[in-house]
Formats: sequence, structure tokens, C-alpha cells
Amino acid sequence: MSVEAHVHYEVVIGLEVHTQLRTESKLFCSCRVRYGDDPNHHTCPVCLALPGALPVLNTRAVEFGVRTALAMNCTVHPRSIFARKNYFYPDLPKGYQISQYEEPLATNGWIEIDGEEPGGRSFAKRIGITRIHMEEDAGKSIHDAAVTGGGSSHVDLNRAGVPLLEIVSEPDLRSSTEAGAYLRTLRQLLRYVDVSDADMEKGHFRCDANVSLRKRGEKEFGIRNEIKNLNSFRYVEDAIRIEIERQARVLDDGGRIIQATRLYDPATGKTRVMRTKENADDYRYFPDPDLVPLALEPAFIERARLTLPELPERRRIRFESDYGLSAYDARLLSVSRSLADFFEAVVAARVPAKMAANWILRDVLQALKEREQEIEETKLTPEALAALLGLLDGGRITAKSARELLPELVDRGGDPTELVSVRGLEAVSDSALIERAADEVIAAQPENVQRFRAGEEKILNFLMGQVMKKTGGKASPGAVREILARKLKA
Amino acid sequence: MTGPLGTLSELRAQLDGRKTSSRELTEAALARAEALEPKLRAFVGFRPERARAEAAEADARMTLGERRSALEGIPVAIKDNMVQAGEPTTCGSRILAGFVSPYDATVVTKLRRAGAVIIGRTNLDEFAMGSSTENSAFGPSRNPWDLTRTPGGSSGGSAAAVAAGVVPLALGSDTGGSIRQPAACTGIAGIKPTYGRVSRYGLVAFASSLDQIGTFTRSAADSAAALEVLCGHDPHDSTSLPEPVPPYTQRLSGDVSGLVIGLPREYLVEEGVDPGVLQCVREAVAELERCGAKTREVSLPHTKYAIATYYLIATAEASSNLARYDGVRYGHRAANAKDVGLMYRRTRSEGFGAEVKRRILLGTYVLSAGYYDAYYRKAQQVRTLLRRDFEQAFAGCDLIATPTAPEVAFRLGEKASDPLRMYLSDVYTVSANLAGIPGLSIPCGFAHGLPVGLQLLGKPLDEATVLRAADSYQRRTDWHSRRPPEPA
Repeated sequence: MSVEAHVHYEVVIGLEVHTQLRTESKLFCSCRVRYGDDPNHHTCPVCLALPGALPVLNTRAVEFGVRTALAMNCTVHPRSIFARKNYFYPDLPKGYQISQYEEPLATNGWIEIDGEEPGGRSFAKRIGITRIHMEEDAGKSIHDAAVTGGGSSHVDLNRAGVPLLEIVSEPDLRSSTEAGAYLRTLRQLLRYVDVSDADMEKGHFRCDANVSLRKRGEKEFGIRNEIKNLNSFRYVEDAIRIEIERQARVLDDGGRIIQATRLYDPATGKTRVMRTKENADDYRYFPDPDLVPLALEPAFIERARLTLPELPERRRIRFESDYGLSAYDARLLSVSRSLADFFEAVVAARVPAKMAANWILRDVLQALKEREQEIEETKLTPEALAALLGLLDGGRITAKSARELLPELVDRGGDPTELVSVRGLEAVSDSALIERAADEVIAAQPENVQRFRAGEEKILNFLMGQVMKKTGGKASPGAVREILARKLKA
Repeated sequence: MTGPLGTLSELRAQLDGRKTSSRELTEAALARAEALEPKLRAFVGFRPERARAEAAEADARMTLGERRSALEGIPVAIKDNMVQAGEPTTCGSRILAGFVSPYDATVVTKLRRAGAVIIGRTNLDEFAMGSSTENSAFGPSRNPWDLTRTPGGSSGGSAAAVAAGVVPLALGSDTGGSIRQPAACTGIAGIKPTYGRVSRYGLVAFASSLDQIGTFTRSAADSAAALEVLCGHDPHDSTSLPEPVPPYTQRLSGDVSGLVIGLPREYLVEEGVDPGVLQCVREAVAELERCGAKTREVSLPHTKYAIATYYLIATAEASSNLARYDGVRYGHRAANAKDVGLMYRRTRSEGFGAEVKRRILLGTYVLSAGYYDAYYRKAQQVRTLLRRDFEQAFAGCDLIATPTAPEVAFRLGEKASDPLRMYLSDVYTVSANLAGIPGLSIPCGFAHGLPVGLQLLGKPLDEATVLRAADSYQRRTDWHSRRPPEPA
């Protein structure tokens, strides 16, 4: 949005996110949740909607839903109701989707987001969560027209009945950047509590955005448009930005916004109307008589609360206070639960926290990035990193050797102490060897020696580097400094 | 022609005494069914070869002294809205043409494990919507007492088959009276247990919150034996009840002394009931009193709203339950539709009959935005009041006695063009479905030469008391032993 539009209008955004729960089986039958198998392989009378079949709720999915709701500070309701959302579509086998409507699983929560606008303004705010409810996914339609240009369509029901959580935010977001920050925080949280892969590219995490503008200072919300089909973070931000600009232009020209559902087309970078309010579907929701109300015992909710891990926000604050890390480092380390766990395990193995943080954030993350892997996918264990850093800290190896060994530990694992001795990487503190190297350097660098002796003390670092080089990087830096300083002052 | 088969307990005794075999009984049932079918049209399909094989297996077990249950080796029939692996299920509808179920309904599994032999599938009103079987796509079934009359419905085929002595036991489903009303029309025992007592898994849904499977037999004692096999919790049906199943047959003490039978003021003076029917019911109650039962007047003040409430809730649920018949995965699909919208429209226009369409339209309407509160939500509130009526009434009595239907079996075609009159056939029965309580109909006399049904309603999960009272009555009367004339 142009700067002028910002001056006149306030942007109001609410997001609806659908995230797939990582249960073994579907929400209402025991078919496996799996992708990439032959079409309609994971189906049964229930998810095929054969005559007479009945749904039975997957308790694990409920547990995941409750865990998510608690992590998002929601009120989990002791009673919620599954309802039928009726509409006809070939990949919707029953002719209705089992969802929750009037009485959802949880309501009234919030999450904290922060970030920085492209202009530099930073924000940190609480975004309200209106509701979280459970529902089943539909199947997938495959149209020949789109693939081969043929005229038939096919339906794959492997996905039909897969459990989803719908998470609806309050209209608390004020820019596309905030929307992006909200989605990233949400994804992080879902992964932290281990209920969803929340992978947007795989369609595990889908977003619809409600966008409206209102004149600054106005209390009433403007007319909103819902944008669907947002399947990457970039698309969400782009689509919202484009929609804000479109609405601002309409309002600037004295026009009125018409409530509509729009589709975002990333190819053209435009949204187009899918349907307007006048021809909106009537889903004829009513409580599903095949399912009893979902009654959650307080003990069930408490158990779910006990299985919650420490959440990222809390952990970041604790990393700052317990380990004396900078806010920046603490944030980076708590981004993913596995990385934060890894860090704490290294510290628990008696590595100074700052040293562990530096190595993980620089060297380990670099290695992960090169390999496009998550920490848990590598062979590197916290114990191995701790051992490696222990060797470094004790002067038994040099930083250079440690950096050399790290990729091997990442790819193949192993015991650092053993590797050091096999490779002959022990730091050299043999003074005879260092003294010889120092003498050679002093002889070869008369000019620099002269400058040092004239009081240019930082030349010492350069000369040290030369000595290290001569010892093949294995000399202990402490010993080199001491010997070189002595000789230069002599 | 093969004569009528005996009652369940008679056949049980014959099998246990090695006087006959399951194979013989199965042949007799198939032969009688075949002979009567042109007149009765009670069945939609038979499975003679599989039935014979199953009968042979039952005989083999019994020879070894193994008897799985009281139903071991007994030929039975099921209503064609309960699925059975390898068999077509039509629900009396063209829309399921060609559909063969790959799985068994829980009741079918239970019958098989009990050793029963399912000989065939019985006719019904399309998707169990109706009170006469006239809404079947395969034509109406006939009442063995008078072939010009309907056997009632929607489980009319099962009722006709048991009344005509083809099988001693048939399963039906009862959403608003679809077991009890045909049982009354054909002079046999029909019981709808408490909602959730028999699993609905594999019962093709009409109205999920009202549907309940039950039995047709010649006597209440036979119903008790069959229910022991069929009742019980099923993890595949979330609405199935977890309570243990009592041994119903052991509770048939023949003693009703001290039982208090409630007579609802609203049912017994209501206009629109045949005086002959009312007379039989009054005499039946008097007989129970002579056995030692006490009577007292009770009130069910919201009864007058029951039919309206029922038709709002049942149609709303049906409109959604029947959405799956869309031509995409199985059953009928209209030919040459050029897009999916047209395919849906034509498939469903061609596949469903008039009554089913009427109910889908009505149900869609009552759930629509702007009407939901006025109709569906209001109906649910009234349903709560009706349930409360029964709770209050049962605080002062053990059973409630009413006529099952306001009149005896009516003529084919008599009400076919007047759906509202047809709906009133259910006036005494729908309340039990709305309240979820058990209800049974047993014959208690004749009016205009046709059987009259006495309905006994019980407290939730108290099938045992309902059956005990009915059995006690049948120990002192012989209405249940009367058989229709053999068709010429």
C-alpha cells in the first residue's frame, strides 16, 4: 500500500488457517494418513461414504487439538459439537463435511507476534484467536483438462477424512507483514507442540485471508473480502498487499467495496472474484446425529497440558536469563524445538552456554543450511558437539581443527576424541616446534617485526597467523602467542 | 405348497431335538417364500446358495453338539437397508441400482456369529420412508391377512414374511414406527429397542437420531431371544450404548403383578382412532390388570406436536444422509450428463422416488439459512419437551400402553395420494423414536377382521419389562397364535 493510503486507511486482516494434524489414521476411520500412494488406496466404507457406514472419532486427533488450543492460550470447552457442513462436490463423499460450527473445541486465545515492517517500523503485539475447531479434509479432484487436455475428472479419496484444525484469528492484523509474522509464529507453535508438520508447500498448512479497510479513526469494520488459495507465505503476503491496494483504489475513487470471496492467481499477481455474498453457499449446518457431543474430562485436558513442551516465547526468555544469551541469539536458538533441545543438551554436557550458542548458530546452522537438513536429521549428537567443544576449550585442538571435524560429525557421526587422535589433530604445544617456527617467521618478516617493536601491537596477530600456518594450524594459539611475544621482546 | 414355518422357539426345539435340520428349515423357508412371493412380494432378493451352505455349516456344528445361540440354524430375513458383504442393497430405491456392499452391517455379523441363516432381503418403502411399502421402487408388499391391503411400513416386507410363516424372525428398522406399525398390521410381535441398543453400523441411514434396528417374530418370547443376540455396544457406532445386555429370556417370569401401566390421556381419547382398535386395546389392558398389573392415567402433554416435530427432524437428517447418493462412486448415474451439476441433478431426479424427493426438499428447507431456528432448532426444543413428558410419566408407571396404529391395515393406494394422512399412521409411534425409548407392538385382537396392535412403551433400556409384560399377556391370550389364511 502506498504511504498515502496508509495515512487514510487502517488495514484490518483476519486469517483462517487449516493445518493437517499428524495422526497415524484419519479423523473418523482407521485408514492411514499417507500421501503418494495409489489413488483411493487408503479408503474404507467410512471415508468412501458407503451406505450404512458411520464415523468414529479419533481420540489422538482430539488430543492434538487440545494441545494446540492450550498452546494458543484458548479456553478448551468441556463440550463441543460436530456439525455437518452440507454441499455437493465429487471429492466430498458424504455430501457433507464433518466440522464444528456452533460449539467449537476451543475459543478465545491469543499468540504473541513481532517483526519489522519493510519501512523499518518494528511491531510486537498480541493477536487474538477467535476459535479452533476440528474437521475432516475432502478428497482431491484431478481434472484431465488440466493435465492431458482430456474431458474426464478423477477423484482420489486418500485425503478424504484426514484430520484438520481450523484456527481463526481475530481481525487484529494490520499489514501483510504482520500476517506473515502471524503465520510463521503459528507454524512454529504447531511444530513445537508436535501436532502438525505445518508444511505449506505440501498443503498441510493452508490459509484464507479476510481483508478490509476502514478510514482511520472509524470504529466500524469496512466490507471484507476473503482471499482463498494462498499456499505459500509469499503468496499470502503478496495477495494481501495487492488486495489492500485494490480496495484503497476503489475507496479513493469514491467506490464501495462489495463483499466477495476472491481467488489469488500467483501467475498474474491478481485476485479475481469467485463468488459474491448474494450467491454465497448455504451450508445448512446442523449437529451431526451420528456423533455424540465431544465431552472432555478435566483430567483429559490436564493431561494434554502436561504433555505441552515449553513454548518458544517462554524458552527465549529463559535462554536470555539462564544462559545470559543476547535476545538475538536466544530467539534464533528457540526457533525450532529440536534446535533448542539440542542447545540445552550441549550446555548440559558442560559446555559454556555462550560457546555452545556461538558454535550452533554459526557453524552448525551453516552445515544444516548446506545440507538442507534439520538438526534431528543429521548424525550430529549434542554429546559429540559437547565433546568437540570440550577439546577446543581445553586447548587440545584448535578452532580450525574443530571446524574441520564438524562436517564429518554431521554426516557420519563418531567420537571426536577418537577422530582427533586418528587424524593427528592434537594441538601442538611442543615448544621446540613452535619456537622453531617463530624463529623462522621472525627471520622472514623483518619489516613487520620492526613495526611491532615500534609499538604497532596488532602486528602480533598477523605474525601469530604466520606461525600457525607453519605448524599446519595445530599449534595451540595460547602457546604461540606466549612464545612469539617473548622472542619479539627479546 | 410348503406350510408355514413354526415360531422361533418351536423351530429351536425341533432342531435341538434333532427332529429337523437347518438345511431342511432353510429349504422350507426358501420354498415357501418362492411360492408366496408372487402374491406377497415380501422380498427384494434371495441368497439361496449361500443360505444352503450356511445351513449346512450350522448342521455340522449342531451335530458336534455346538450351538452358538438360540438362532443357530434358524432361517431369517433382513430388511433391505442393512448391508451384507457380497449382496446388493437397494433400500427399495433405483438410486442404489448395481450397488453390492463390500462389508457387513454389525447386525449381519452378529447374526452370522450366532449361526442364523439369512435367506433373503425384504421389501421396504424407499429408504424406509413410508408406512405402507408402496414407496418401494419394486412395488408394494401385500398383507397376508388381506392381499388387497398393505402390510404397513416401512418394514412391510419383513412383517409380511414373518406373518405368512416364511421365516420365524426378520429384522426391521424403526425410525417413526416402521417396525411397530407393520407388526400391528400383520398381527405379529415387533419391537424397537432403546435408541442405541442395537448398532446402526451398516444400517442405511434415514434419520440417524431416530433410526433403530429391531425384530419381527411371532411372540414376545421369540423377540427376547433374538434381542439377546442383536443388542450390545458396538465401537463402530458412536451412538451405541455401552450398558450390558440383560438376559431378556430369563426375565420372562410371566408375572406382572405390581407393574403399573400408564394410560396416556392424550392417546386414548384422541380423535382419528378407529373405535374397534380402541376397544381391543382397552380389553388388552383389562387383561393385564386381571394378571395383576395396575393402571393409572398419565399425561404426555406435548403429544400433539410429535408428528410435526418428527417430520422436521427426520427430513432434515434425511436430506443430509441421502446426499451421498450422487452418482459419483456407486449406484445409479445418469448417462451423458455434460457437466457435474447436470449429472447430480439427473442422477437424483431419476434415482429417487416421489416421497424421498418430498422429504429431501422438506429437510433441505428446514435447515436453510433463515429457517433453521424456526423449524429445526424449534423441533429439537420440542423433542426435549417430549422426552421430558415421558420422564415425568415414567416417574409414576413402569410401562405405557397405547394403540400401535390408529386403524387396521389400509388398502393399497388408499392413502398413497395423501401424504399427510399417511403421516398420521405414525401418530402413536413417533414419540418413542423422538424420546429414544423402547416400544413393542403385539397383536391384541381383530377389528374389521384384521389384526390390531397393542403398543407397550418402556423406560430407556428397560426392554426387559416391556418383553415380560408382553410375554405374560401372550401366555394368557392366543391372538399371536392366529395365522392368516393360506393364500389361494
